[in-house]
Amino acid sequence: MSSHNLDVYMPILILIGIGIALVFGAILFGKLIRPHNPSRLKEQAYECGEDPVGVAWSNFNVRFYVVSLIFIIFDVESALMFPVASVFKKFNEIGRGGIILCTFIVFVMILVSGVIYCWRKGDLDWVKSFHLNLDESSEKNTQEAS
Amino acid sequence: MNEGLISFLSQFDGHKAFVKMISDFAGTDATSTISFFIYLAACLAVVGVMATIGGLGTYAERKISADLQARQGPNRVGPFGLLQMLADGVKMILKEDIIPSAADKPMFIMAPMLCIVGVFGSLAVVPFSSGFILSDLNVGVFYLLGISSLVGVGIFIGGYSSNSKWSMLGGMRGASQIISYEIPVTLSIIAIVVLSGGMSFGTLIGGQGGFPHEWYILHNPFTFIAFFVYFIGALAETNRAPFDLPEAESELVSGYHTEYTGMRFAFFALAEYIEVFVVCGVAAALFFGGWKVPFDLGTGEAFSALPPIIAKNIGQILQLGSFFTKTLLLYYVVIWIRWTLPRLRVDQLMTLCWKYLTPIALFNLIMIAVWAYAFDGKSMFELFTAMGSGSTGGH
Repeated sequence: MSSHNLDVYMPILILIGIGIALVFGAILFGKLIRPHNPSRLKEQAYECGEDPVGVAWSNFNVRFYVVSLIFIIFDVESALMFPVASVFKKFNEIGRGGIILCTFIVFVMILVSGVIYCWRKGDLDWVKSFHLNLDESSEKNTQEAS
Repeated sequence: MNEGLISFLSQFDGHKAFVKMISDFAGTDATSTISFFIYLAACLAVVGVMATIGGLGTYAERKISADLQARQGPNRVGPFGLLQMLADGVKMILKEDIIPSAADKPMFIMAPMLCIVGVFGSLAVVPFSSGFILSDLNVGVFYLLGISSLVGVGIFIGGYSSNSKWSMLGGMRGASQIISYEIPVTLSIIAIVVLSGGMSFGTLIGGQGGFPHEWYILHNPFTFIAFFVYFIGALAETNRAPFDLPEAESELVSGYHTEYTGMRFAFFALAEYIEVFVVCGVAAALFFGGWKVPFDLGTGEAFSALPPIIAKNIGQILQLGSFFTKTLLLYYVVIWIRWTLPRLRVDQLMTLCWKYLTPIALFNLIMIAVWAYAFDGKSMFELFTAMGSGSTGGH
């Protein structure tokens, strides 16, 4: 049976090959029958009919960066949880469910504390609400003034 | 527990005799070579069927949306407009292929390919029936999560490489949305893995039965919630409305594929429609019993009067019917939701994911682990029947 173990991965390689061949094949086949009249205007990036201003590769909102950072932490953690989850039932059957349940809860609690930390820091809000502090300080100012 | 296509075939004498004949002829062990050709034929068949389903998906989408809005929908090309997808395909392939001069050309060409490869790769583990699953990997659902992330990479690269502001915004939104909603989806899947005790689709479906009360969605109250978390997350991962922000027509023109024309655009659309089928199939497998048929008709033992090769294949066909019925019903729900709900805003999208779905999924995960420990993995129904018969099972 050991020689068959790698055979189960064969369909994946075949499917990936089919995918690449399909994209290349369709585009190369289309080359035979489709028109080809390039012009400067056609090759411009679409910007509502105007000439594009600058390039699109500019600095971007830092929110996307924070979201991807939070994602990486959670994704690695949940990838590590898969092995624990898949032996859960076996441990339960041999009567050591308590140990695996505790392990599992520790794993989940790390994630929960991560969520709580990000939430408290305000990183789960799309627009970080700093106007709250402004309001407080302006209130203070008005109180001091009065 | 690898009940893939080859192990299903190898229980018949004809397959063994054929392998032996070719091996004798070639003088070496030809098992792997024959497996390769069987897999190649099966993969081509699956890709063909899936491409048709993807094409019919566009047709169904237009027909159902027309139905919901009291219109006719496509009805000119062929009977009931069924050949509309062929007409669309011919139109797409005849369109001029334009690559913007300012674009990053290699990445621009690579982006639709990444989407297609990600989706086709995930087809390898979709469990169509107990015999017809291309390869029942022991890391099945984990592999599926991994390879379908390639679609997100493809969308981001498509948006980035176009060098257009609309595409860039769409690609950025797409990437952040897909990675964010992957967390609740993964956590819901882990919850089911806890109950079934394995990551391969054979194990995941093997823990369920043919009747609704044996499905994981009705296993306990928390799996019921987990299904909805998974489904909402899956909608967002496939960029379906109400989460279609990456291609929001009214604000971003067409999002990440603004600059794509002809076949390159068609591949993005094809990848999206097949991916919807895949996530619906996974939902059917994880929560709705997959290919299980009531009364164990799927094993073919009920037809023992017939020769085993016919009985087994009748069983397989019933299983295929069961899987496709569940999956296509979910597909209908996905289209229905698209034409019913308005689109979310970006901040609402992130709030829904991180402040609602993720905490709910984490809570679910703990409660399902506690349930599996406290009741020895018994479902609600089993507990009720145990109570009814007066025996006090469990702890």
